Amino acid sequence: MLLEINPLVLPDIGLVFWNTIAFLLLLVVLGKFAWKPIIKAINERESGIEEALLKADKMKAEITAMQNENEALLAKAREERAVLIKEAKEASEKMVADAKDKAKSEYDRILADAQLAITQQKNAALTEVKNQVGALVVEVAEKVLRKELSNKADQESYIKQLADGVKLN
Amino acid sequence: MSCSRIKSLLVVSFGLFALLFSTSLLANENKAVAVDSNGVATQEQPSTEHGAKKEEAFNVTETILEHIKDDHSWHLWGHTSIHLPVIVKTNKGFEFFSSEKLMDEHHEPAVYKGNFDYKLIEGKLKIVDANGNEDKEANKQLWDLSITKNVASLFVSVFILLVVLLSSAAAYKKRGVTSAPKGLQSFMEPIILFVRDEVAIPNIGAKKAGKYLPFLLTIFFLILINNFLGLIPFFPGGANVSGNIAFTMTLAVFVFIVVNLSANKSYWEHIFWMPGMHWSMKLFLAPIELIGVFTKPISLMIRLFANITAGHILVLSLICLIFIFKTVFASAIAVPFAVFIGMIELLVAFLQAFIFTMLAAMYIGMATEEHHHHEEGHGEHKDLAHH
Repeated sequence: MLLEINPLVLPDIGLVFWNTIAFLLLLVVLGKFAWKPIIKAINERESGIEEALLKADKMKAEITAMQNENEALLAKAREERAVLIKEAKEASEKMVADAKDKAKSEYDRILADAQLAITQQKNAALTEVKNQVGALVVEVAEKVLRKELSNKADQESYIKQLADGVKLN
Repeated sequence: MSCSRIKSLLVVSFGLFALLFSTSLLANENKAVAVDSNGVATQEQPSTEHGAKKEEAFNVTETILEHIKDDHSWHLWGHTSIHLPVIVKTNKGFEFFSSEKLMDEHHEPAVYKGNFDYKLIEGKLKIVDANGNEDKEANKQLWDLSITKNVASLFVSVFILLVVLLSSAAAYKKRGVTSAPKGLQSFMEPIILFVRDEVAIPNIGAKKAGKYLPFLLTIFFLILINNFLGLIPFFPGGANVSGNIAFTMTLAVFVFIVVNLSANKSYWEHIFWMPGMHWSMKLFLAPIELIGVFTKPISLMIRLFANITAGHILVLSLICLIFIFKTVFASAIAVPFAVFIGMIELLVAFLQAFIFTMLAAMYIGMATEEHHHHEEGHGEHKDLAHH
């Protein structure tokens, strides 16, 4: 019965034997010296690429964050500058206003002083004028009286008149 | 996921188709051989007047089988061939001699007298009795471990694989991992990645694939190189290693061993006591599943053997057309067809290596798979059945 089988489907023990040896040899040698280093290298490369990609993403995110930060800083700086300018402006305005006020008050004070001085001088001048006018009037009146009261009768009537006048006052 | 299911389904259906196709071819071959042995028997009687008459009686089946079968010498051209060493183990110990001694000057089988009388009968080494007939009793203790044509070709392929793969492994060491692969290395890397990403990881899972990857890669490359060497019609090729049942059987046995040694508890449970089934169904399924354990590697063995052998028979048949019609004009049809089939054979050479490795990976994947979802799944089925 076995003889009727096609020799093509009857395995030869020799080839089975050598094939087993050859396959085991390949499995051991290639497994140790070819597949292991090759797969390790491929895995390393793949993980390297993955890492690089992750790193790139991280860098990108960092750069974006930095840019945002920069912008924020810039905006803040701008704001600060505006505040500073405003403050400076206010200060200068205040200074000007203060100076104006001070000048005005000084002016007022000087004016008041001047007016006071003028008034005093005027008063002094008026007093002097009054005094001089009084002296002149007394002098004139003395001269007039001397002339009018050169006789005794007139003198007495005048005194009498004056006395009357005093009594009326 | 569904894509890969469809792919594997396609592969399986293609394999089945190829199996059917090639078995029908083999059946034809069987008949042809029967006829052939008659033809040989009739031919040997008038052996005194051979020569011109034998030239005329061109036997296609014999010619084709001669090219497909293993041989003790490696034919180069014309009458030149390499005489390979014969290694024989009998109960009288080992014997080594050149296969040249098994041929006489007319290239006919001759008897070599060693510890026993050896003679080639239909290309196979046998112990013969004094009359030159096969001694069946003595042959039971004969172990023919000769370096035959297939063994020598296998060694050539092993040598090529070692040189190519070790040098590309050295390239990684030399060039580092950061630089792009170059030369031979860049040719091998896509194939290695293909086996890893398309064969090992989808079937076994990324976690366990690394453990089985060296085994799968070795199988893939060994089959691939032998398929390609088998397609070369002259010296470094010319042998039909991957179309030999002994070669495919050995690889299938290795797959069988690896699958069953790595099988986990749930795999065996699914074979002997299918969970979630009625006990009668479990009893019914156990023998079927048990047969499946063996049919899986056997299908691997037959598929590769049949596909490669069928391809060789096809090409040789087409070439033989020229000798059948005995006119050079037949080559106008035969050669383009042979070239066309040769192209398909190139594809088949790759495809069969892929399918063998793919199915081996699938079997390993099935044996190592963790069945977490199964209990629920069966429970649901039960519920549905109740409703």
